[in-house]
Amino acid sequence: MRHIISVLIENEAGALSRVVGLFSARGYNIETLTVAPTEDHSLSRMTIVTGGSDDVLEQITKQLNRLIDVVKVVDLIENPYIERELMLIKLRAVGKEREELKRMADIFRGRIIDVTDKTYTIELTGDGAKLDAFIDAVDRSSILETVRTGSSGIARGERVLKV
Amino acid sequence: MELSGAEIVVRCLQAEGVKHIFGYPGGAVLYIYDEIYKQTSFEHILVRHEQAAVHAADAYSRSTQQVGVCIVTSGPGVTNAVTGIATAYMDSVPMVVISGQVPTHAIGEDAFQECDTVGITRPCVKHNFLVKDVKDLAATMKKAFHIASTGRPGPVLVDIPKDVTRNKCRFEYPESVPMRSYNPVVKGHQGQIRKALSLLLSAERPMVYTGGGIILGDASAELNRFVDLLGFPITNTLMGLGGYRASDRKFVGMPGMHGTYEANMAMQHCDVLIAIGARFDDRVIGNPKHFAQNPRKIVHVDIDPSSISKRVKVDVPIVGDVRETLVDLIGLIEQAFAAGQTVNQKALAAWWKQIEDWRSRDCLAYEKTSDTIKPQFVVEKLWEVTGGDAFVTSDVGQHQMFAAQFYRFDKPRRWLNSGGLGTMGVGLPYAMGTLLAHPGSQVACVTGEGSIQMCIQELSTCKQYNLPVKIVNLNNRYLGMVRQWQEIEYGSRYSESYMDALPDFVALAEAYGHVGIRVERPEDVEPALRDAFGKYKDRLVFLDFITDRTENVWPMVQGGKGLTEMLLGSEDL
Repeated sequence: MRHIISVLIENEAGALSRVVGLFSARGYNIETLTVAPTEDHSLSRMTIVTGGSDDVLEQITKQLNRLIDVVKVVDLIENPYIERELMLIKLRAVGKEREELKRMADIFRGRIIDVTDKTYTIELTGDGAKLDAFIDAVDRSSILETVRTGSSGIARGERVLKV
Repeated sequence: MELSGAEIVVRCLQAEGVKHIFGYPGGAVLYIYDEIYKQTSFEHILVRHEQAAVHAADAYSRSTQQVGVCIVTSGPGVTNAVTGIATAYMDSVPMVVISGQVPTHAIGEDAFQECDTVGITRPCVKHNFLVKDVKDLAATMKKAFHIASTGRPGPVLVDIPKDVTRNKCRFEYPESVPMRSYNPVVKGHQGQIRKALSLLLSAERPMVYTGGGIILGDASAELNRFVDLLGFPITNTLMGLGGYRASDRKFVGMPGMHGTYEANMAMQHCDVLIAIGARFDDRVIGNPKHFAQNPRKIVHVDIDPSSISKRVKVDVPIVGDVRETLVDLIGLIEQAFAAGQTVNQKALAAWWKQIEDWRSRDCLAYEKTSDTIKPQFVVEKLWEVTGGDAFVTSDVGQHQMFAAQFYRFDKPRRWLNSGGLGTMGVGLPYAMGTLLAHPGSQVACVTGEGSIQMCIQELSTCKQYNLPVKIVNLNNRYLGMVRQWQEIEYGSRYSESYMDALPDFVALAEAYGHVGIRVERPEDVEPALRDAFGKYKDRLVFLDFITDRTENVWPMVQGGKGLTEMLLGSEDL
């Protein structure tokens, strides 16, 4: 089952490699991982999308908590949550494709953020499934390049993850 | 007044009350060694290989509960130390490792003797630090000692670039270092402890199973009291031997792969199992699916939440310090008894009858011979000659199992071996660390001709510091445990398990300035041991016992098998 783990961790050199090392050493899977400092620059916030049985997830959470730099760990799927991922996608856009792609970007509430004679670069935000759907909706052969950030997640409502 | 980083390191060690450190100098730690030269509050022990420095510091800690300290230089100094660090990590031994690093401006330039120490050691330390500014040094040292010794203990490494040891700043050693990300639980959940109590009192076939956590948590006295109050059977794992007194009838021996028949049967057939400071590892419970076949309620007390429900689902998890939890449990039991409650006496009597029946199989019995020395016999005699009161270190293999089975430990911290990582070569450095921590005490290193050669250079260190270790070499001219597995599981194809071209250990010991004795007949075993601990009390004695070549360790639970699918001897093959 898919899980989304939020981690608050000391913003120190090597902290990220402790987390990544833990996953590889214990054979856990990472689908995506995002990390950046929070508004308090002494802390970083990570979102890790992973999978596994309940037992495996229990161990992942416990092992993360065991790392000295880790301040807090939460599995977002235990409560309502919001998940977003950003994709930048560069597409071949010539002739009548240009209008078609513009329309498609609008439908998916994407924005064209860079234009050349032959290409559009579109910015698109959503959960992973929405980004996949966009990729499926455009002509495969017109895709020149994609880059995705991986998921960031936050709990719905008044629930917050803070020190 | 401003102090150099090197002076600060020394002052921190003094503030922590360190009396011995183990190490080996080199370029990156020369400023620190210069300060060590100028001080007298602790003694530095110069080993012959960095691995031994870490093992010795590890044993210093295992035998005392203090934090062991060692120091190595950058590059190969660190890589040589890695085996020792991983050994301590697997057995949760509190230790601080100080490593030199190339100067900060040279980091990343592939400088001479540079390696990514923090990266290399990350998976085998509880935590590590690279100190880039001398101003952070004192607080980092404090954190290192704090992290190493609290919660589930473990080794912490502090990597210090050479320029940081030369740079100066004001020195102030903090009394405490609050860390928002590290606050280990101490007190167990009271509701859970009461649940555990009611399970214990209503149990029909109770079993107490304890591990290294009892030793590390200094909970041996409380454990003895707890078991005496309840009258339950108890087993100690390889790491937990001595936690409960082995001479008591309630002790049913060690569990697991080479555990006793009665311990394994009781583990499998009990209806309430209380695990304290133990982690249900593969060498203890065998195949977890097989273990789960028998229904039982499990209470699991451990300071590390990640040890709970890792391999075996438990019913009553209690996260907390084992001693505190035992104190709470003892208090509740005494209250319950005072209020007229008792354990289930009738069921317990029947359970004991069953256990005595299993015990009567006498699973550790071995053939007594008059022509060859049996390794078990040597350990039994060692126990007799030392009055059961020696510190015994071991390496890894058959001799380790024979020592664990036949030396009956009544006290904690008397048995030192590498249980988790299974590191051959620890025995001699462990004996060195133990002797330095307990001068004048009897220290025996039970080893084999394979293991002893992995750190044999330390005979030289023992000479320099007058460490009268008694090396009990069970020399069967085979890598015995490998040979045993090959006999049982690989059709007796003894691939590379024969130790050819062995040295003359007696001559070798003498070359290092020690006493060497070769023993080839059973009747000479006891006199040789008596000489070693008597006539040669103050000398290192290398006792080379030429033992039965093909003796095996029984009982044995083969890898992947269930705990009760034991082979009791070669007739079961």
